[in-house]
Amino acid sequence: MVVSRFVPGRKRVGPGIESLTVTFGDRGALIRARGLVKRYGDFEAVRGIDLDVPSGEAFGFLGPNGAGKSSAMRMIACVSPTSSGELTVLGLDPLADGSAIRARIGVCPQEDQLDVELTVRENLTVYGRYFGLSRAECRSRADELLDFVQLTDKANAKVESLSGGMKRRLTIARSLINQPDLLLLDEPTTGLDPQARHLLWDKLFRLRQQGVTLVLTTHYMDEAEQLCDRLVVMNDGRIVAEGSPTALIAQYSTREVTELRFGVGHHEQLGGKVADLAERIEVLPDRLLLYTDDGERATSEVAARGLRPDSVLVRRSTLEDVFLRLTGRSLVD
Amino acid sequence: MTTLATRVLPGLPAGFGGGKLIMRNYLVYRRNWIVFATGFLEPVFYLFSIGIGVAALVDEFVMPNGQVVEYTAFVAPALLAASAMNGAIFDSTFNIFFRLKYIKLYDAMLATPLRPWDIASGEIGWALIRGGIYSGAFLAVMTAMGLTGSWWAVLALPATLLIGYAFAGVGMALTTFMRSWQDFEFVQLTILPMFLFSATFYPLHAYPAALQWIVEITPLYRAVVLCRELVTGALTWGSVVSVAYLVAMGSAGLYLASRRLSRLLLT
Ligand SMILES: Nc1ncnc2c1ncn2[C@@H]1O[C@H](COP(=O)(O)OP(=O)(O)O)[C@@H](O)[C@H]1O
Ligand SMILES: [Mg+2]
Repeated sequence: MVVSRFVPGRKRVGPGIESLTVTFGDRGALIRARGLVKRYGDFEAVRGIDLDVPSGEAFGFLGPNGAGKSSAMRMIACVSPTSSGELTVLGLDPLADGSAIRARIGVCPQEDQLDVELTVRENLTVYGRYFGLSRAECRSRADELLDFVQLTDKANAKVESLSGGMKRRLTIARSLINQPDLLLLDEPTTGLDPQARHLLWDKLFRLRQQGVTLVLTTHYMDEAEQLCDRLVVMNDGRIVAEGSPTALIAQYSTREVTELRFGVGHHEQLGGKVADLAERIEVLPDRLLLYTDDGERATSEVAARGLRPDSVLVRRSTLEDVFLRLTGRSLVD
Repeated sequence: MTTLATRVLPGLPAGFGGGKLIMRNYLVYRRNWIVFATGFLEPVFYLFSIGIGVAALVDEFVMPNGQVVEYTAFVAPALLAASAMNGAIFDSTFNIFFRLKYIKLYDAMLATPLRPWDIASGEIGWALIRGGIYSGAFLAVMTAMGLTGSWWAVLALPATLLIGYAFAGVGMALTTFMRSWQDFEFVQLTILPMFLFSATFYPLHAYPAALQWIVEITPLYRAVVLCRELVTGALTWGSVVSVAYLVAMGSAGLYLASRRLSRLLLT
């Protein structure tokens, strides 16, 4: 019956929380949005999106900067009033029950908002108190979470002394202090080095296995592919595609991609000579991409036409190809 | 059957939400006790300087009800009121601006069940606690120096809390309008003349009649009247006016601060 439970080593919190989980379990979607809009003045950042995120899913918002991902996340986190449309989170209305919803979700905002006047451990214990947890509860959860994000030896350090990756881990630990039913992560790994990203992915993967519903935004394709069961691609405030990573690749790209590199400056004119060899081609300053189901065949036909690229790479399509097709290259920075 | 309970109960913080913030601030200040200590010492130094130096040059004072007091006894309650004001302003302007704009403390807090109201009331509650400790200590020093003339002086402590409430409420509300540290110069520009001219160091009748009413409607004057009348025991209706004035001022500030936090942070 109980759908999810998260923090490692801890079981249920109390009767109220268990029954709350049951209520959503019965209803299905933890997040449901219809025609959701966010306006800032007369600028529309989110232009009518529909969402259904069932319990236990890892759901992603993929999109370039300015697509409206954070605006959508903030509405779901009940810290930003909706401008129009319907939104329910955990079966409740953010406007009427914002406080009750926030009690059951964890938020890792785009910018770390750690309390720099407190130590690492106090960041967890004090935050737990904001949720109305008892002192003893805060202490024991803080120790477990520090262990979970491998910051135990930094427990008494000042926040400023932490590296970017450590701060991010601490923010994630903090977002778990209330053992949330739903965890919202806004660009959890942006700006981190590869090691730090992999460590974080590992933590998020474990949370997912424990049944925590994850909603995350990212503009890293590999992150979306690694972590998400299902995702939406957002562009300009709208959802332009939706599905599992594999389904999106199947729908919006070909099985394989042949990348041809000629000398710089030649790609424009050569594009026309190979256009018929693929379902679709993409001309970039430094290479030509041939989208085809059989990359090897395209390669040999290129050779048959007497073209001699400096290098050839045949690879499988990735989410990146989908993303670039749907959101356009110029927008990505 | 669980639905009703879960609609009402889940995770709402028990009791006073602002208390969580007070506790947080306490943790921070526990490490910064030196900051705490200077807040207390400043008015005490003023008092010593006046008690030892200035008082020797000045005659005794006749209170509005005819009671005669020494100069130090005349100035001390005003310093008490002014230090309550200064403490509240400091806590509710610089500190709150820092937490609001730089460390984004309130953004993080609003992601929890806490609401803008909890933050406004918590910060003001904290300013009162801190101010109350200073004022209590200052009153003790005054008593030790024989400067409290009446049992009414006991009520001067709650009076300083009320002063703190009034100035912290308005200070916090104003802080939500500030754009940069430069804007705080305006605060200093208001506080300093009030400190010097609110019948702090000399009685109101030193001013020409046409100016007196201007002084009388400033908040620090109201605060000084209240403290001076309670400490010397020379009570008049002026104190009642002061209480009403300060309650209204603090409540308006608190309400506005909470509204502004919603507008600024829940965008
Ligand atoms: N508080 C705000 N006021 C005005 N415009 C905003 C605000 N927040 C975001 N925007 C604008 O809304 C658009 C979407 O922003 P955001 O939701 O942060 O996108 P993303 O997270 O996908 O990068 C951007 O053009 C951004 O400038
Ligand atoms: Mg964003």
